Amino acid sequence: MNHDAYPDNYIRGILNSVKSIAMVGASPVNVRPSYFAFKYLAQRGYDMIPVNPGHVGKELLGKPFIASLSDIGRPIDMIDIFRNSSHIMPVVEEALTLDPLPKVIWMQLGARDDLAAAKAESVGIKVVMNRCPKIEYGRLSSEISWMGVNSRTLSSKRAPAPTQGMRLSLNRMSVGGGDTAASDRAAKNKTEQS
Amino acid sequence: MSDRLPGFSTLAVHAGAQPDPTTGARATPIYQTTSFVFNDADHAASLFGLQAFGNIYTRIGNPTNAVLEERVAALEGGTAALAVASGHAAQVVVLQQLMQPGDEFIAARKLYGGSINQFTHAFKSFGWNVVWADPDDVASFERAVTPRTKAIFIESIANPAGSITDIEAISTVARKAGVPLIVDNTLASPYLIRPIDHGADIVVHSLTKFLGGHGNSLGGIIVDAGTFDWSTGGKYPMLSEPRPEYHGIRLQETFGNFAFAIACRVLGLRDLGPALSPFNAFMILTGIETLPLRMQKQCDNAKAIAEFLAGHPAVASVSYAGLASDKYNQLARKYAPKGAGAVFTFSLKGGYDAGVNLVSKLQLFSHLANVGDTRSLVIHPASTTHSQLDDAAKVKSGAGPDVVRLSIGIEDKEDLIADLEQALGA
Repeated sequence: MNHDAYPDNYIRGILNSVKSIAMVGASPVNVRPSYFAFKYLAQRGYDMIPVNPGHVGKELLGKPFIASLSDIGRPIDMIDIFRNSSHIMPVVEEALTLDPLPKVIWMQLGARDDLAAAKAESVGIKVVMNRCPKIEYGRLSSEISWMGVNSRTLSSKRAPAPTQGMRLSLNRMSVGGGDTAASDRAAKNKTEQS
Repeated sequence: MSDRLPGFSTLAVHAGAQPDPTTGARATPIYQTTSFVFNDADHAASLFGLQAFGNIYTRIGNPTNAVLEERVAALEGGTAALAVASGHAAQVVVLQQLMQPGDEFIAARKLYGGSINQFTHAFKSFGWNVVWADPDDVASFERAVTPRTKAIFIESIANPAGSITDIEAISTVARKAGVPLIVDNTLASPYLIRPIDHGADIVVHSLTKFLGGHGNSLGGIIVDAGTFDWSTGGKYPMLSEPRPEYHGIRLQETFGNFAFAIACRVLGLRDLGPALSPFNAFMILTGIETLPLRMQKQCDNAKAIAEFLAGHPAVASVSYAGLASDKYNQLARKYAPKGAGAVFTFSLKGGYDAGVNLVSKLQLFSHLANVGDTRSLVIHPASTTHSQLDDAAKVKSGAGPDVVRLSIGIEDKEDLIADLEQALGA
C-alpha cells in the first residue's frame, strides 16, 4: 500500500467493514483530538473501546477504560492509535499478539511508522497512517462539507440528512472529486525529512 | 465508485453541490437563515466545541456558503476554504491568523490599489507592518526577510497591467524563510492558474471578479492548500498553541491539513464578523458553473483586442502578457498557457488628457471600478483605483498618468474593437 495517498475505496472499505474499534491513547479530556474522534465514531454506531492505562477505573462516554489491547478479552476489528510516531511500534507489536488479529491498524493524523506498518501488513492487516477516521468518515459521507472541506467526492444522488446517532452511507455512487495532491506531497516531504 | 479525477469543468458544476438532503432540490438552495436548531444540549455543546460537523450560526458557517467553499477548494486543489464578505475581508482574516502586533509580511509592490492601501494604512494600525518587494526581482523578497517576517503576499496575475508573477521562484523564498506564501489569484481564477500547484500555501480571491463573473455580488474566499506545517517553533500560535477561545484546543493537531481554514473560520470569521450573505454565495456559485466558458472567451477576446491596440497609431504601448513581444510572455506561457487573463493596460500617446477623452467616448465599455465582469470595463487607474498613491508609486505599480486599464468581457470581439476604434479615432 502506498501510504502517501490512499484511494477512497480503500478507506471506504475499512470504515464500512469494521464494527469494533479499540482506541489506544483515548483521552477523557474533552478538547483532545482523541476525545473528538471517540465521541464522533461512537455516535456513528461504532463499538468503541477506550484503551489507556492511566485512566483505568474511569469511563469515557459510558465505556470503561481498558489498560491494554491484551486486556480487552474479545476480538476487535480495528485499532486506532492516538500516539506519537515514536510510540507506534510497541502498540503494533502488542496488536500482533492478539488472537484473532485485528483487521485494521489505523494511526492518527501526524502519526506514521513505516516499519510498524510493514510488520502489520506482512500478516495481512490493513494499515492507514497519518489520517483521522472521523475526518475520513465525514469526508466520504460528505458530512464534513458543512465545514467547507474539499471532500474530494462528487455525487448527483440525494444523501440522507444526518441526524444524531445515525450511521451515514459512505457508499453513494461517487467519482473522485477535487485533488489535494499538494497537501499529500507536503506530508510526504515532511516524513522524508524526519 | 472510482477514484477517477474529474476535469475542471465538471468540478466547476458539481464540486460541493449534491441534491439537498431534505427536499431533493438540485440547485443549491439559499439557506437564508441566521441560525440552526440543535438536536439537544449535547449536540449544541459538541458543535460549539468543534467536536461535531454541523451548523450553528451563519457568521460561523452556512450550508449555501459551504457549497461555495468546497467548490472553490476543489477548483484550486486545496484541502478546504472559507467564504467571507469580500476579497478585502479575506486578506484581514488570513493575516489575523498569522500576525501579532510588530510582525512583518512581505508584499509584492504590484498589487490591486485597494490592497496597497489596506496593507499600508489599515494594517499599520493593527501593528502589522508591510515590507514591499519587487515581483520582477525575486532577490528583493529574499532581502526583505527578517526574523519577524510571517508571510509573503503576491498576486498571480498582477493588477493593473496583467503582469505574471513567478510564483515558483517566490515560493522557494517563502519555504526557505519558513513562512507561508499567500497568492491572490483573483485575476487568473483557478481556470488559468492554480497557485497551489506552484507552491502557494494559501490562496485568496475576490469572488466579486471572475469567479462570480457577472458584476452582481461581492464576496471573498480563503483556500487552505494544506501544505504548511504550522507547528514548528511556536511561530503561529493561533494554529499551534492551545486556544483559550475553545478551552485549549490546538487547531493544527485537531484538524491536520485543513487547520488553517478552520482557524480562519472559528477564530477569524467568528470574531471579526465579515460573513458572506448566503444569497451572494448562491449568485457566485451560479457564476462559477460557467467560469471555464467565460474565462476562455474573455482571454481570447483580450488577446485580439491587445493585438488591435498594439497596431493602433494613437497607442504608445500595450502591457498584455499574452502578446509575444511582452516582457511577461515567457512567464505567461509557463503559468497560464490557456490565456494571459482579461485585464491589461495600455498607454496613449496623448497622455492623461487622451485617457480621459477615450473613457468618455466609449459606448460599450463601462467606466467603473471593477474587473472580471461579463461586460467589458474601462478605467483610468491614476485618477481612480490608484489615486491614493503618489506619482512615483503610481508609475512603479504600473498605473502612470497615461495608462488606461481594460477588463474584457464576453461580448463579440468585433464590437469591442469597433468601440475602441471610434473612441480612439475621434
